[in-house]
Amino acid sequence: MQPIIETKQLTHIYSAGTPFQHTALDSVDFCAYPGEYLGIIGHTGSGKSTLIQHLNALLKPTSGQVLFQDMDIWSDPKLTRKTRFQVGLVFQYPEYQLFEETVYKDISFGPKNMGLDEKEIDRRVRAAAYFVGLRDDHLEKSPFELSGGQKRRVAIAGVIAMEPKVLILDEPTAGLDPEGVESILGNIREYHQAHNATIILVSHSMEEVARSVDRLVAVNDGVIPFQGPPCEVFQYGDALEKMGLGVPQLTRVFHRLKAMGVDIDPSVYTLDQAKAIILRALNRSPRLDGLCGERTKESPECSSPPAEQGTERAASAEKEAD
Amino acid sequence: MALKDITLGQYFPGNSVVHRLDPRTKLICVVLYIVALFLASWFITYAVMFGVLAGAIALSKVPPKSILRGLKPILFIVVFTALLNIFYTPGTTVLAQVWIFTVTLEGLWRAFFMVIRIMMLISGTFLLTYTTSPILLTDGLESLLGPLKKVRVPVHELAMMMSIALRFIPTLIEETDKIMSAQRARGADFESGNLIQRAKALLPLLVPLFISAFRRADELATAMECRCYHGGEGRTRLRQLKYQARDYMTLFLFLATTIGVGVLGHFGL
Amino acid sequence: MGTIIKTEDLRFSYPAVEGVTPVVLDGVDLEIEEGSFVAVLGHNGCGKSTLAKHMNAILLPSGGAVYVDGIDTADEDKLLDIRRTVGMVFQNPDNQIVANVVEEDVAFAPENLGIPPAEIRQRVDDALKAVNMYDHREHAPHLLSGGQKQRVAIAGVIAMQPRCIVLDEPTAMLDPIGRKDVLRTIKALNRERGVTVVLITHHMDEAAQADRLIVMAKGKVVADGAPKAVFSQVEELRKVGLTVPQTTQLLWELRQEGYDVPLDALSDEECAQALYELLR
Repeated sequence: MQPIIETKQLTHIYSAGTPFQHTALDSVDFCAYPGEYLGIIGHTGSGKSTLIQHLNALLKPTSGQVLFQDMDIWSDPKLTRKTRFQVGLVFQYPEYQLFEETVYKDISFGPKNMGLDEKEIDRRVRAAAYFVGLRDDHLEKSPFELSGGQKRRVAIAGVIAMEPKVLILDEPTAGLDPEGVESILGNIREYHQAHNATIILVSHSMEEVARSVDRLVAVNDGVIPFQGPPCEVFQYGDALEKMGLGVPQLTRVFHRLKAMGVDIDPSVYTLDQAKAIILRALNRSPRLDGLCGERTKESPECSSPPAEQGTERAASAEKEAD
Repeated sequence: MALKDITLGQYFPGNSVVHRLDPRTKLICVVLYIVALFLASWFITYAVMFGVLAGAIALSKVPPKSILRGLKPILFIVVFTALLNIFYTPGTTVLAQVWIFTVTLEGLWRAFFMVIRIMMLISGTFLLTYTTSPILLTDGLESLLGPLKKVRVPVHELAMMMSIALRFIPTLIEETDKIMSAQRARGADFESGNLIQRAKALLPLLVPLFISAFRRADELATAMECRCYHGGEGRTRLRQLKYQARDYMTLFLFLATTIGVGVLGHFGL
Repeated sequence: MGTIIKTEDLRFSYPAVEGVTPVVLDGVDLEIEEGSFVAVLGHNGCGKSTLAKHMNAILLPSGGAVYVDGIDTADEDKLLDIRRTVGMVFQNPDNQIVANVVEEDVAFAPENLGIPPAEIRQRVDDALKAVNMYDHREHAPHLLSGGQKQRVAIAGVIAMQPRCIVLDEPTAMLDPIGRKDVLRTIKALNRERGVTVVLITHHMDEAAQADRLIVMAKGKVVADGAPKAVFSQVEELRKVGLTVPQTTQLLWELRQEGYDVPLDALSDEECAQALYELLR
């Protein structure tokens, strides 16, 4: 399958030619496939923010290319602008960017800039508001009357209303309580399924990405040291720890269990997996098969198709479309 | 150019003699220096002034390049002033005449010195902000303006406002950058269109920026209260301003130079 | 040791809007013991931040009373005494740093208290060393990372030499490295200097490290005890919109399946040990 968005040898240097020169990205090859749910992990200053801002043409590469559906997004100014709508980017703490008098107007800012007609704008605003769980009576309120969590939904709806094929979210759950985290992640999953969109989730929380994404891309010091399905990436526990990231708590527990001499597969990263594996062990099954082996036979790199789940989902969606 | 690249009277931390001078000394010296610049009139006096500036820069160990870079933004003003002086100085030695403009030798000289004067003036004040932390600068101002408290000028409050403003400039610039990127990601266009369209495009930027500034102000006020801030009354300082021998010497040198330049300038040197 | 903060039937509500009086705190009775490390957990809007702001008289009760070291916080003459006893650190480090240079900022509180300059110097150096930011004392705060800024903010409070520090979601805006550093700092202050710590958070793993955990919901205290004991009440916590650490969650689910595992195994080691014994 062709990637929907791809970077080739992408390099970005800030303040080039000054004493403050800083290479944020160094010849990065990154790709995302249609319908894929991708996670990007990396600590502050790793280059992940620079990377995602290239994907929707907010930053121009110092060298290298960014391709959207196989076209260089900087080859034509019209294409550059179009890419901003096709690749939606929700920044960190997006609630601080709201500005309109009403929630409705704020959500419609993007669609209006796209030059859509009134009817279409209205449809999209309502659809986007529905996705993030805003009620109709919220639409006529001032965004500044809402609670912090609701404001964030409005801001996310503002990007969803552009109905982007690729939706990138930078730490969408930062500062929310567990309930808020659940509901935002749920909204994103729904958008993913309903539009067969590519989702790129940037997060610090390993537990959060572990249970959401098909594939993980780690960014560190301006390069991608490793990528693959979560179970594979979490095997680099020590390297992740050094990058300031770590692995999910249950992965740590299972590694410890293995070290204690228990014959168990340590590549566990979600609660359900952990429970299943323990229950199976309790039923005295002779040998536990690796979860990693069950999930993906081969690790998807940039040149090969993504994790099976994503492919299946994309394929079934295509069937539905027919 | 990203907004954050703008240097606005940035402080270069250091430990040179110039850095260690009392901020009040530096403030008074800058005032004397400016007065002397306006008293200077011809090569000799300007040379003296240039010597003072160059000496101060050398002692401060601030790279001269950074001072020159600071001059860039005012280039337009310099050129404009130069042109005004060239064309509007009446004189006897007419060099050229184009349409209604007359260029005289006097005008050229005047423009020449005016350009030098502005550049030296700006460099001198830059040196002050480069070598004095904004906090010390406001402390110095507060102390120098102290006597005005007697006539009920809220000197402490003004100084506090100034230092907080300085503290938050980089933060707000960074925030502006962020909001601009976010709105651009939603198709906002800050670069093209006519003046009205551009002004309108600023609205999505200004509203969140103001709201955030108010939120910050509110939170900062609470944080200050939590740290027992209750106005200037009974407040001590980590750094006590105290004149040292070097301060008296510097003040004497600057005063002498100013008087000297004044006298020389009076005789047209 | 004595009680440093005490609330008695603390009630707080904001002024009525359109006839509705929003009640934020609905009868909170608490005693915070001097030298303890207390975490307050709850979802957004449960009143935990409002409770924090009562602990040093930023807010005054609408009903009931709050005592700091025996002083009623409503006593305006004692305001400075209250505030220097209980220091406060907020969520956004950017909005609590006053000065342009790290050490000047840390000096802000002692300056306000009229401490002699030589002692301010000592306190500033000491506070910066305590948060491991001494090497950055001459830096500009806006060039520091989030975690570093937050530690400067903590130093700014320590320089007041308070007996208690209340931290209102200090790690909410930080990345994992920053969170770790800040938490380590807080714990060291508590263990090594005996400073009472009240940590408001919604991170389970942070709350798990405290001596005592208070859970709030709808302006009331719904659970109070050692973290292990509180987290084993999985169902009650779920009811108020909170989750428990993944370790507890796994053990709880196994328990639902009928296996006899302890619920109070919070840390990685304890959980691994519990599973080890189950599987053996």
